[in-house]
Amino acid sequence: MEEATRAAVAARARERAWRGLWVPLLFLLPATLLVSLFYLLPVATTLYLSFTDISTVTFRNPQWVGWENYRDLVRDPFLGRILGNTARYVSLTLAFNIGVGLLLALLTSHVPERAGNPVRALWLLPRILPPVVYVLIWQGLTRESPFGLVSNVVGVSRNWITAEPWTVIVLANGMVGASFGMLLFTSAIRSIPADLFYAAAVDGATAWQTVRRVILPLLRWPLLFATAYQTLSLLTSFEYILLLTDGGPGFYTTTVWSLHAYKLALSNYFGNVQFGMGAAMAAVLVVVGVVVSVLYLRLFNFKALVGEPKIEVN
Amino acid sequence: MPLLPVRWRWLVASGFLLCAPIVAGMAWLVLTALFDRVHGLVPAGPLAPENWAFVGSPSVGGRPPAVVALLNSVLFSFAVAAVEIVVASMAAYAISRLHFPGRSLYLAVVLVLHAFPAVSLLIAIFYILRVLGLFDTLVGVILVKTALELPLGIWLMKGFFDFLSWEMEMAALVDGMSRWGVFWKVALPMVRPGLLALGTFALLSAWGEFILPFTLIVSSRSWTLATYLQSFLTEAFTDFGMVAAVGLFYALPVLVLFGLGQRYLLNLYGGGVKG
Repeated sequence: MEEATRAAVAARARERAWRGLWVPLLFLLPATLLVSLFYLLPVATTLYLSFTDISTVTFRNPQWVGWENYRDLVRDPFLGRILGNTARYVSLTLAFNIGVGLLLALLTSHVPERAGNPVRALWLLPRILPPVVYVLIWQGLTRESPFGLVSNVVGVSRNWITAEPWTVIVLANGMVGASFGMLLFTSAIRSIPADLFYAAAVDGATAWQTVRRVILPLLRWPLLFATAYQTLSLLTSFEYILLLTDGGPGFYTTTVWSLHAYKLALSNYFGNVQFGMGAAMAAVLVVVGVVVSVLYLRLFNFKALVGEPKIEVN
Repeated sequence: MPLLPVRWRWLVASGFLLCAPIVAGMAWLVLTALFDRVHGLVPAGPLAPENWAFVGSPSVGGRPPAVVALLNSVLFSFAVAAVEIVVASMAAYAISRLHFPGRSLYLAVVLVLHAFPAVSLLIAIFYILRVLGLFDTLVGVILVKTALELPLGIWLMKGFFDFLSWEMEMAALVDGMSRWGVFWKVALPMVRPGLLALGTFALLSAWGEFILPFTLIVSSRSWTLATYLQSFLTEAFTDFGMVAAVGLFYALPVLVLFGLGQRYLLNLYGGGVKG
């Protein structure tokens, strides 16, 4: 009798535990499937492909070649140029993003709300406009005279994308990214207690001193976050460069790491694409990406973000 | 709060000149689409309705009809938004409300992926789609785009569910409704603002998406407006009047949304929900 009851209780407990599991499982299934298929599997696939000789010819039957792609990569005579381009692209665009973002946040906080808001909204436009349309506008503005506005204003007729590719790339990317910092810094400035500004004013601080000694120290975390986040996304982004200059003009003039990886693996201009080689370059980015995003979690306090669930009844 | 004394007004005003390129760019797009020739920002020719002939034309230079690209874009954007909203809400609900082993790890992975730059996976995604037989199909691109947007969606919706008081759900559960029923009939209707926010993000992001259809779609009958417009940009002699018209046509929904919902967009992007 007692034995039977105990068995029945155990069976019910097992059933409840199982029921407790299949509900969350059902809810998580579609997301888990999609994320595994197009996030986790690609990470592994990138690493795997980077150790094979896969190309257009060997697509169906790639051979394992160990570290050969990576050795070729290091020996590539253009590696220095690509690394230099990447450093240039990331640092200049980042400086523009953070600098202009901060400037816009300060300016729009300084003026009344009804003047500040439209300006902030305007700077969202480059970010929400389809990238191809955005690049089309850049192409139109930088044409030769008499059509191009830049040529007309400067008074020198040039195709400015070919004449000054780096300036155009940094400005075009920078204007898309500046709103990120702008919005982040604006809300940080708003959350500064007004007392601090009164105190600074009473102490006779100049505008510059107020910015330097009151605002900037309080903006330390948003500044760090924007810098960290944008460094990683700039390192891997190449969409606007692809559309603006396609890595040219001429030989690798504006080709950055991520664009080179993309072209090696997926662009068909030279016939036989070097898929494995491109994967090796992408693998470097993937490893950097994983390491840096895990570091973010440590830096920006993951524990605080993960509270216990509200209802523990299943 | 004002930082500068009034006599520095001119400095503030000149600071706002930073906005000039954006205004000039938008003006250029509209003027070039409407007039025959535009020098800088000054129309030098008559109005040119022929710029818009592509809308009804069966084919411009061997391209598919613009209507096909438009329909593909609409289908792509709405499919991505719909799937993302449902899938992300389900996962977010489980993370916010249910107890299961590995919950904290699951959330950690979602967060890491949110910060992780997904473009670097493109080469592998190309390979995987080829193996799955989904290469060169709209379905394939929709799935990829949805998956890449999921970490943001899950994270966003989790915030909304966390914020919700659970008395209503509790009452429904006690009354014998299933979890599944509670999710659809009680919880989801209460996070409507979240669904709207996520829907807006997803639509804007998918509507503008270029690199995925450009890489994963070959056949021109599956082109979206992004690849359709891009095919004009690489021509040796571009008819800027017509291309600007295509660009304006493509950007119009975004511009309308911008015109109607500036405040909303500012709150959305400024709310710290989007990286």
